[in-house]
Amino acid sequence: MSNTTTTAIDPAAWIRRQSRWSALEVAFWLAALLPFYFFPTYLMLASQIAVAALFAISVDLILGYAGIVTLGHAMFFGIGAYTAGLLSAKAGWGEPISGLLIAGAMAGAVGFVVSFLIVRVQHLALIMVTLGLGLLTYELANAMSWLTGGTDGLRGIDIWPIFGLFRFDLWGYTAYSYTLAVLFLGFLAARRIVNSSFGLALRGIRENVRRMPAIGSPYRRHLQAIYTISAAIAGLAGGLLTQTTNTVALESLSFQRSADVVVMLILGGTGRLYGAVLGALVFLLVRDRLSGVNPQYWYFWIGLMLMVVVLFMPKGILGGLTRLAGRTKG
Amino acid sequence: MNANLVIVLFDGFAFGMLLFVLSVGLSVTLGLMNFINLAHGAFGMLGGYVAVTAMRQLGFPFLLALPTAFLAAALVSVVFERTLFRRLYRAGELNQVLFTIGLVFVSAAAATYVFGTGQQPIVLPDWLRGSVVVGELRFGVYRIFLIAMALAITALLVFGLERTRLGARIRAAVDNQRVAQGLGINVDRIFAVTFALGSGLAGLGGALAVEIVGLDPSFGFHYLVYVLIVVAVGGLGSVTGSFVGAALLGIGDVAGKYFVPEIGSFLIYLMLVAILLVRPLGLFGKR
Amino acid sequence: MTKTVFGAIALAVGLGWTMAATAQETVKVGVILPYSGPFADAANQLDAGIKLYMAQNGDEVAGKTIEIIRKDTGGPSPDVARRLAQELVVRDGVDILAGFALTPEALGAAEISKEAQKLMVVMNAATSIVTEQSPYAVRTSVTIPQLNYTFGKWAFEEGGVTQAYTLVADYGPGHDAESSFSKGFTEAGGKILGSDRTPVANPDFSAFVQRVKDSNPEAVYIFVPGGGQPAAIGKALVDRGLAPPDTKIFAQGELTHPEALESMGDTAKGIITTYHYTLERDDPLNAEFVAAYREANGDRAPDLFSIGGYDGMHLIYEALKKTGGDTSGDALVEAAKGMAWQSPRGPISIDPETRDIVQTVYIRQVEEVDGSLQNVILQEIPEVKDPLHGAN
Repeated sequence: MSNTTTTAIDPAAWIRRQSRWSALEVAFWLAALLPFYFFPTYLMLASQIAVAALFAISVDLILGYAGIVTLGHAMFFGIGAYTAGLLSAKAGWGEPISGLLIAGAMAGAVGFVVSFLIVRVQHLALIMVTLGLGLLTYELANAMSWLTGGTDGLRGIDIWPIFGLFRFDLWGYTAYSYTLAVLFLGFLAARRIVNSSFGLALRGIRENVRRMPAIGSPYRRHLQAIYTISAAIAGLAGGLLTQTTNTVALESLSFQRSADVVVMLILGGTGRLYGAVLGALVFLLVRDRLSGVNPQYWYFWIGLMLMVVVLFMPKGILGGLTRLAGRTKG
Repeated sequence: MNANLVIVLFDGFAFGMLLFVLSVGLSVTLGLMNFINLAHGAFGMLGGYVAVTAMRQLGFPFLLALPTAFLAAALVSVVFERTLFRRLYRAGELNQVLFTIGLVFVSAAAATYVFGTGQQPIVLPDWLRGSVVVGELRFGVYRIFLIAMALAITALLVFGLERTRLGARIRAAVDNQRVAQGLGINVDRIFAVTFALGSGLAGLGGALAVEIVGLDPSFGFHYLVYVLIVVAVGGLGSVTGSFVGAALLGIGDVAGKYFVPEIGSFLIYLMLVAILLVRPLGLFGKR
Repeated sequence: MTKTVFGAIALAVGLGWTMAATAQETVKVGVILPYSGPFADAANQLDAGIKLYMAQNGDEVAGKTIEIIRKDTGGPSPDVARRLAQELVVRDGVDILAGFALTPEALGAAEISKEAQKLMVVMNAATSIVTEQSPYAVRTSVTIPQLNYTFGKWAFEEGGVTQAYTLVADYGPGHDAESSFSKGFTEAGGKILGSDRTPVANPDFSAFVQRVKDSNPEAVYIFVPGGGQPAAIGKALVDRGLAPPDTKIFAQGELTHPEALESMGDTAKGIITTYHYTLERDDPLNAEFVAAYREANGDRAPDLFSIGGYDGMHLIYEALKKTGGDTSGDALVEAAKGMAWQSPRGPISIDPETRDIVQTVYIRQVEEVDGSLQNVILQEIPEVKDPLHGAN
């Protein structure tokens, strides 16, 4: 966890120190630009990894920082995806940036409503309520196939060029530039949130819910706020996927997607934002490489990887790397 | 109309019992041992494949294939428990989730490798096929058999856990490991036995379910959601809770589909969310 | 510095392109299928069809070597299918896109086929509109209306029933099946008593079957996806006494695939299905196909996916022969239009207008032949086109 072994120091100073950028972070984001130059045929994959990373960040905000384990977050991803798709297919509005913002806002609005239910339950009941709501949304979208296109997917999505200039090209230059930019902005926002006093209060809730009211922290309202923000970010991720692929289908709401994102997050390491990004990167990259070599059995190796990570890096890949780095430093 | 209601109740109860046999093992491992075993469905799948293979290749009768499925799943799970799972008891729930999901992936790939991607049909003996006609009502024989099996399992478990020495030890070991250890209970062994029991029940449930839901390598994923729903609704650590929860869900689902088919696919999830919002610990949950 | 690096890379990429263009001895075919996940079996069977055709016909056509590049979508994921199509085109430089077990995935990739001008061979996805999404799309499988509209007409005219109940899986293909069967049936003069839709992930059919029984129809029409459900619904019907000859059971052929028949046993007798491929059809070409397929796949029988893949490869081979190895999308799709051949399933052709398949629709009934249950052909309806093309 984020070295909370602080002695009595000024909290404002602690927050400032936490929010300082390290050279490693700068290097990381510069490295995200490498595909443009060195792997131009991997830009679509890079773009989908960026989408998954943003989605994983949204889950990290609630799971890693506020302790809300969810198996239904695809609900918000899908709402964002369908909102962006429907705007274009049914309302004829294909402008991407406004479309994306509307997608995020829509998912956030639904997230706000749902948050009233979420704060009422904990532990297994919490997981199962998120799962139930996720599956209900999936079935609802299937039942409303006149609107959503059902299993066949929504047709007729046509996204206009970004700023009227950059068309979504076959190679994915525009797609990756766009998703990477949104991922970076989303990350900045999330980073800002977790390094604020609000973020600290959330960690307090994660560590001990009962104690928070005692120190005057309105934990329910805090939980609702972070849940809403997380839903909105998940909606942005969904909207991005629709806009960069011109497709949206029921799969965007599926249990599989909810479970995959949690797997990516735990794999990378929870409660550290970069874990979300790293988890998405490793999971999807390994999956792409393995399934290219062995389309039928790749998931054997993925499964093995997950098990090995748990046994040897109980805090995820990022946790393992940090420990390794700490050890080499002495 | 009344006759139909009887049939719908019967079918719903039988469906509930199918859910029960699939999930009762998890209510043992998750409920008693607090181990989040998402690979529960994978042990069910193992039981299914063992039963089908035993019947087709070795010519086992169905009634012998069932205990074979139980034993196979229990044995395999003990090996896993001793070598891998035991390291995870204190590793936190997220690590348990990740590890067991990984195991589901591996088991699905292994099943594909060994048995192929196709459906594995099970051929029941004649006496379990068809239906019994009472007046104008027809009751499926296999459904009656399922109900009987579920009742037997419930009775054995409730009796075993609450009335026997082993049951007392299990409860002691999971309640407070240190004290149990101090009282001379071999906690390690008790955990292994409990885990084997839960996984064996999964294997048995898998074998019983093949006739109704089929069997292919995606079995482990497919029924995970249903199994979790039953355990959550029933309440952790309560076999009776799982039984009542499963019966309620089954009847609610079938009756709902019968009377209001338009919302058929929503019902089970609606019931789940509604029950948990009213009773977050489940119907019979204690903690 | 970065500029020179970029320049060098661009040059290398450019060289790669020209090299690919000059090294014309291979034709790359990108196959996109859900090799893993819930539809792995469909992908597996389809792929076995592709492999068998190549094993029988060699991998050289028109002086070029066919190279297959397989990509897994992992389930119904149109976004992944689209990305894979994109990558196959820009990274691997494929000449032909093929596979497509699922409609949403075919729809996702169709746009790439259109933009990159690559032939797209749809080897399964069965919704009518698929071929309308790209001018380079050709289908070698079947469409659901093709089978079921025809079947609906037959059910009234030859099947001897005047009213029926429909029970279909609640998703795209199920809806198509329901509407096209009902259309054929009512146009011929029949009456639909009621229609229900079962959830796609539905482990128990008892409630729906009871509803069917309540309305006491002469026949019930079923559509469920393949896999475990056919046997389950078949048994649920029979358990409640909804069985031939009292109540006729009509369905698309998935209901009586070999594993389902084995599981249902004698209770399956008398079920009438419509399909474009019949495993036991007495025909030398088919017998040879089935024997070779069983030998290559551990005695597993071919099914609709296998035949779609097999005929899809035939189309690719023949089109390449016709163009003399020209792999441009325009040349290949022109060569495919109007192509006709004898397939193990019977005579088939590609409609030059819609690029969709034209084939015989078989109406079959489950009967016991030499001690085992089979789908015995009752009637053959030749040269059926998809009734929906041009309709909307």
